[in-house]
Amino acid sequence: MARGTESAASLQVGSDARARRGPLGLFPALTLGLLLGPLAAGLLGTLLPAFGYLPALGGEALGLAPWRTLFATPGVGEGVRLSLTVGLGSTLLSLGLVAVFCAAWHGTRWFRWLSRLLSPLLAVPHVTVAFGLAFLLTPSGWLLRLLAPLTGFQRPPDWLIVHDSWGLSLMLGLVLKEAPFLFLMTLAALNQSNATALRQLAASLGYGRTSGWLKAVFPQLYPQLRLPVFAVLAYSCASVEMALVLGPTTPAPLSVQLLRWFNEPDLALRFMASAGAMLQLGVVALAMLIWCGLERLGRDLGRHWIRWGGRGLRDGWLRGLSLGALGGCFTLTLGSLLAMALWSVARLWRYPDVLPASFSLEQWLRHTDDILLPLWNTLSVGLAASIVALVLVLGCLEHEVRAGRRPTVRALWLLYLPLLIPQIAFLFGIQVLLVGVGLDGRWVALLWSHLLFVLPYVFLSLADPYRAFDERYARSARCLGASANGVFWRVRLPMLLRPVLVALAVGFAVSVAQYLPTLFAGGGRFPTLTTEAVALSAGSNRRIMGVYAVLQMGLPFIAFALAQGLPAMLFRHRRGLQVGR
Amino acid sequence: MRLFALALTLFAGLLRADDWEDTLAEARGQTVYWNAWAGDERINDYIDWVADTVSDRFGVTVRHVKVADTAEVVARVLAEKAAGRDSEGSVDLVWINGENFAAMKANDLLFGPWTGSLPNYHYVDEAGKPTVLVDFTIPVAGLEAPWGIAQLVFMVDTATVDEFPRTMAALRDWAKANPGRFTYPQPPDFLGSTFLKQALIGLLDDPDILQTPADQADVEAVTAPLWDYLDELHPHLWRGGRAFPQNGPAQRRLLADGEVDMALSFHPPEASSAISQGELPDTIRTFVLEDGTIGNTHFVAIPYNATHKAGARVLANFLLSPEAQARKLDPEHWGDFTVLDLDALPPAERARFEMIDLGIATLSPEELGTPLPEPHPSWMEAVEALWQSRYGAGN
Repeated sequence: MARGTESAASLQVGSDARARRGPLGLFPALTLGLLLGPLAAGLLGTLLPAFGYLPALGGEALGLAPWRTLFATPGVGEGVRLSLTVGLGSTLLSLGLVAVFCAAWHGTRWFRWLSRLLSPLLAVPHVTVAFGLAFLLTPSGWLLRLLAPLTGFQRPPDWLIVHDSWGLSLMLGLVLKEAPFLFLMTLAALNQSNATALRQLAASLGYGRTSGWLKAVFPQLYPQLRLPVFAVLAYSCASVEMALVLGPTTPAPLSVQLLRWFNEPDLALRFMASAGAMLQLGVVALAMLIWCGLERLGRDLGRHWIRWGGRGLRDGWLRGLSLGALGGCFTLTLGSLLAMALWSVARLWRYPDVLPASFSLEQWLRHTDDILLPLWNTLSVGLAASIVALVLVLGCLEHEVRAGRRPTVRALWLLYLPLLIPQIAFLFGIQVLLVGVGLDGRWVALLWSHLLFVLPYVFLSLADPYRAFDERYARSARCLGASANGVFWRVRLPMLLRPVLVALAVGFAVSVAQYLPTLFAGGGRFPTLTTEAVALSAGSNRRIMGVYAVLQMGLPFIAFALAQGLPAMLFRHRRGLQVGR
Repeated sequence: MRLFALALTLFAGLLRADDWEDTLAEARGQTVYWNAWAGDERINDYIDWVADTVSDRFGVTVRHVKVADTAEVVARVLAEKAAGRDSEGSVDLVWINGENFAAMKANDLLFGPWTGSLPNYHYVDEAGKPTVLVDFTIPVAGLEAPWGIAQLVFMVDTATVDEFPRTMAALRDWAKANPGRFTYPQPPDFLGSTFLKQALIGLLDDPDILQTPADQADVEAVTAPLWDYLDELHPHLWRGGRAFPQNGPAQRRLLADGEVDMALSFHPPEASSAISQGELPDTIRTFVLEDGTIGNTHFVAIPYNATHKAGARVLANFLLSPEAQARKLDPEHWGDFTVLDLDALPPAERARFEMIDLGIATLSPEELGTPLPEPHPSWMEAVEALWQSRYGAGN
């Protein structure tokens, strides 16, 4: 993919002609087309109505009217402010948390332990965590119930925690999800760096563990983290599901207001909503700009700090704090999920009971029929999207290997584009496009809309292990007479089975969590576990939410377990392919 | 002459029966995509039961397309019309009323009139329940089939509240005396908007002005008493009026969690139903205001471009059957009032209704009183917009 992106983007000519001629050369172009073509069309399909042009709805002339309506709408300015503060705040917090933790604990047993614990959390959809967290934090919720014997509250106190006007609980929810993501990205980057040597070098010069790592390793590492950080920033600025459950309501963040306008029956609002979607795009761009400013500031301050030469030996408090903070995130997430699982088997669970007064499997039995269709849709789209994505990514990577060139950073940015642009900015345009060609509400449309988000993650997950493959195996096989394809099928693929399956599981988990794409492209005809869960999150019944939450965590978990377990089983007679060798 | 009329009626009946046989035959094998608000689990269960029964009896598969806000469905049909898809639409039947109906009717997005041809429409109580003919002051004109009747009631926890505030003024005083223990769903949620309309009706000397479109009146002046009232009330609400539950069920969850003592409901038997499901404590009761509360009818409608119109009509007809209506009234299943005229039903069918225990927290029809008519939808939109700019937009 990346190889192809590069050739398509920067029009590099005259690379390995042999590789270009084969069918493999088509993969990069195909992947690129699938990813960027509709993205551009979708953006255009939202941009034109934003300036009043959508003939189907009677908008024939270009003008600024939608923007005037938008800025005259009460609550928009506040929504923009929230979008910015929540996005920047949660990204800063997540990155800071991860960086300091890695600095303080890299290379220790705690570090390895937590890295193993955090990765499964990545697979849990945002809305599941948000809903559980809301129950934990609310004044009648689990945390205060646990404390009730101490506080003596007969009734829940009237505190504004969830839906607070600052968006703090929303930020916390985002940090719970984004910090593990950044952590795993850091882990991947660390594996490719000489961090251990640098750390030891810093230590030999007398630096404390934390400050030594931050001064020597982090500046090297950060360029590799930039793309994921920007993806986190874009997501946090424009997140919908989490903001619905945890965000402020008077007014709501811009993303939530947008969704409401797109859903209004009054057609005229479509123009304003499109303008709002473009505004959201602008807000994300502004947030990135501010982030770039922060990067410069951080760089300059960091240089001063390094030059100042403090050894930072007394960092015990910082180490404790960072372990506590990340451990706290883990505990909160786990607590949220546990609470939802408990709710799914609770019958009566009222304040201030710490545990349900009575249990029953009623919810599970009663809703078996309702669950089957969303479960099937989730499974089928998830599997199909991740398999298609895997085939495309394998094709691109194999092409890259045979052509013998690495992708440029610019090519990677293209790949990341669907993750850097707020979904709402192009999904409406895509919906209009789909309706136009009669594909809306078709399974294929749904599959493709998921592919848009699954593909980048599958690529990210597979690219590094694929490139790290020891080419001497391939060369030996060629020497023994195997064709290039033979090497791929009989050497590279089997040896890379584990990362391939993990990439598949990552893709599946990403698909399971998709909300807006399912809503827009599926035309409401393909309920998935996530759309059902979001619809139910508006309701009163935590018990049924619990059922969906358990399924939502269960599916990706099974996928990851299979990705770990299958190779172990298949390779049980091959010591060299077992973990830890 | 009478004989002729009788013959004509019989003939028309036969014709109708024939037509209906055709409809049933056409419907067999169709899959009806029924777009219905899905925020309440009991209602979803009821819809599941309907789907199973209709599939067994008429060979029509029913898919409940779960929506969080009916406006989404209107928006989708609009998008389809905008894209020129005038047949094979994605929505076959939609649960609807009020402003969404007004919007679909005004944009010619509805199929029909069709409800008169439903055999079960015959039992609908047009005389006793005028809201089945006029939806938020908009004439229904056979474009939507009545499904159920709703009326605003207050749910209250008698474990903490002895005396029910039965006027808007009493409610304000109660909130002042019990800070943080009352709230209402955030407009434009329909229940929250209904609370605003209810308050407006209670605060106006002459609420009749609300029956005509809002653009014919000085909206600011008419609604001024409402904003004075809310300015006074809000500081004493749950979370000081800085946050609101997002819809009725979320507000009911607050009541269940003990975060508030009072909540609103649009289904008089809802409290009993929630008690029997273990969702609310059995100390909850309901009451209405002295001068009455707003009531309305909710309907099902077929979009103009629906793919499976015959199946949708068969489904709508089943929804109107005494069997389905009686089950819907039962708080065990849902607890939504019927649109049928019980006196017109054959005794065996009427017995289905008379057997139902409406539950400990449900008011009798006498206690509920005559529902107040809904204002014109334009008032709701005007009040929602003003509310949004005053309380929903931050500082």
